[in-house]
Amino acid sequence: MFKWNTDDFSWVDFTIDVLRVIIVLGVVIGAWNTLSSGRISFAQWVNLFAAGLSQGSIYALIALGYTLVYGILLMINFAHGEVFMAGAFSTVFLAEALNRTGFLNAQPLLAILLMIAFAGLVSMSVAILLERIAYRPLRGSPRLVPLITAIGASFFLQYTFRGLYGSGFKAYPGVNALQGAIVIGGISIPVVQVFVFCAALVLMLCLYWLVERTRIGKAMRAVSENKEVARLMGIDIDWVIMFTFGVGGFLAGSAGVINGLFRPQGVNFYMGFIPGIKAFTAAVLGGIGNIPGAMLGGLFLGVIEAIGPNLVLAGLGIPGANQLKDVIAFTMLVLVLIFRPQGILGERLSETKA
Amino acid sequence: MKRIYLLFTLLGLLVAFAMPAFAQDGCMDALGCVEIASDDPVVIGAMLSVSGATSFYGEDSLGGIELAISGRDGMLLGREITLVVEDSLCSAEGGQAAAQRVAADETIVGAIGTTCSGAAQGAMPIISEAGMVMISSSNTSPSLTNDDTEAGGTYLPGYFRTAHNDLFQGAMGARYAVEVLKAGAVATIHDGDPYTEGLAVVMANTFAGLNGDVVFQGAVSKGDTDMSAILTEIAASAPDVVYLPVFVPESEFLVSQAANTPGLEDAVMMTADGSFSATFAQNTGAAAVGVVMTGPHVSGDAYSAFLDLWAEEQPGGTDAPPSGFHAHAYDAANILMDAVEAVAEELDDGTVLIGRQALRDAISAVENYDGLTGSLTCQDESPYAGDCATGTALAVFEITEPQVNDGEWPPPIVWDLSMSMMNDG
Repeated sequence: MFKWNTDDFSWVDFTIDVLRVIIVLGVVIGAWNTLSSGRISFAQWVNLFAAGLSQGSIYALIALGYTLVYGILLMINFAHGEVFMAGAFSTVFLAEALNRTGFLNAQPLLAILLMIAFAGLVSMSVAILLERIAYRPLRGSPRLVPLITAIGASFFLQYTFRGLYGSGFKAYPGVNALQGAIVIGGISIPVVQVFVFCAALVLMLCLYWLVERTRIGKAMRAVSENKEVARLMGIDIDWVIMFTFGVGGFLAGSAGVINGLFRPQGVNFYMGFIPGIKAFTAAVLGGIGNIPGAMLGGLFLGVIEAIGPNLVLAGLGIPGANQLKDVIAFTMLVLVLIFRPQGILGERLSETKA
Repeated sequence: MKRIYLLFTLLGLLVAFAMPAFAQDGCMDALGCVEIASDDPVVIGAMLSVSGATSFYGEDSLGGIELAISGRDGMLLGREITLVVEDSLCSAEGGQAAAQRVAADETIVGAIGTTCSGAAQGAMPIISEAGMVMISSSNTSPSLTNDDTEAGGTYLPGYFRTAHNDLFQGAMGARYAVEVLKAGAVATIHDGDPYTEGLAVVMANTFAGLNGDVVFQGAVSKGDTDMSAILTEIAASAPDVVYLPVFVPESEFLVSQAANTPGLEDAVMMTADGSFSATFAQNTGAAAVGVVMTGPHVSGDAYSAFLDLWAEEQPGGTDAPPSGFHAHAYDAANILMDAVEAVAEELDDGTVLIGRQALRDAISAVENYDGLTGSLTCQDESPYAGDCATGTALAVFEITEPQVNDGEWPPPIVWDLSMSMMNDG
């Protein structure tokens, strides 16, 4: 680790090592100050952790879309946040209708499944159209070209949905069955957070099963390994890529509904932007192209965001610590890029990609 | 040789540009005139945030302006009104760019805007330099009407607003907290916007001046959805009132998550006009009941008629105004159009001259104007230079069940300054 004692001393390594020490010291001192002041009780820490896990599981679902597409096309689909918005924004109208008729509270589980299916289908269609119209004609062009196209597509989708549904804010209706809290040993955790975490976990397990245990999953892995050889083996590459976009889109759409149950407000055409960037960060944190990495990265980011400001920044006496939540998230991204560019679990690189 | 050609070309251009100035022989105004030929429309500018995350504020104001124009059947001085909308975004750069386009258009008589106080800081120097007027319907930052540059003031002549100065609103929140809620400790949250930060600071200072204890001053970021961290921190300081003058949807997230934060069950949530819209109560749900908000006292028959007209004409394709500044925009547009009417001079050939200084003076002279947002009197002394809203049209509202469940708006008024024990003006 500390290379600067040996002959091959370099200022870059030295700076990075100093940076490491400063960061570790900062985190330790900040955490020590906060914990020793006792301002925040153990129960409150657990609450923050639980909220962070739920938020993180939503990041993870979105991050999977980035990672799946990157794994296959080596392309960052920056319009993925808008795919999430498409499902979440469209489904808010379905949710309102279900709430008006009373179905939402009479059959909560069925209604939520219906909403997830609807949002998933909307987002899936948007993702597939995106691939077909914006990305497929550019396949084979330099990597910067689809990247810029993705940014353009992102604006296009935002303003299309603004045109469709207006620029005001909407909110998901509350579900009575998800109100209240589970109390374990004096610590109360809201039911909705438990539900969000479990729902996301189920979806992630389904994805894992799809990729690892089915024929189409095997095809996806083959295409990600080497497109030309996969084509020689008789795999329809275009279909597999489209399927991958569709799966990513479905996950993003369902994340939209789950997010709507967890944080009901703030539904508008712009809502995909920040979750999109956060999920991208999560995907890079975990190791882009790596499916378990995206899941872990999302959870990790959610928890760090929830606990970091109060634990480290407040302890260092930084004013307005909570405003700096995003700073923590993006500092994590920078740190990972400096110290472990391949991400926590490591990018799965075959030789052609590396 | 080439240089001589260049010289001639430049001279030619100079003459071409100078000609109209000589032609304006009828104009006696110190700042020049806007000249409208007999068959030309009257052009009104708008510098609003009509794209990006804050576009619903811009669209809200734009709807108010459009209704004000259609309220006159689209005619002014016997001519059609043309509205030119420039996107001022919600930043100083955006305001600057919009103002440059407005100032470059010689046919524009005056502009409504900007949406955000930050954009006004970019726009004001250009509009003022061009001798034009701008009337904002939603800038509330105190610095904009303060000409003391050492105190951070940025006021320049030609700037007006119908939105109320935060100095009124923040102080009002503090007085209500002390006098009615009998609060001893307050926590404030802003989101980094000059508007919300200004309100939070004024509220905290006034509250401290009334012998209250300011136990927490924090901030969230725009776009945050998870407020659990800051709410946990606030709960640890045990305030009686949490003052959160932030915009929707951050205020919706804060209020709904505070209801589930242990330690904040008894704290009163107080917000300001950044959240003053029917959708705030509906989106926040049950947690919104009991939330106190300061906001414009827009009610009565004139306002109901305005809302009916909105539902009928649907400016921007919406049934109801998306935010809380449409009435201010309606008043601003009417004040501008009235002033244009008052100062217009018609020449023999049907050309109309509108003196730029005369227009500024006419708006400054507005007194007891009966607008949708109450009685408006434009002042010209710092720190209220250009302020047309006097603060008397503000009230404290408390959200009840019908606002949450049936979409009734506005909520019942629980207090206004006339009920204050400290009526010192």
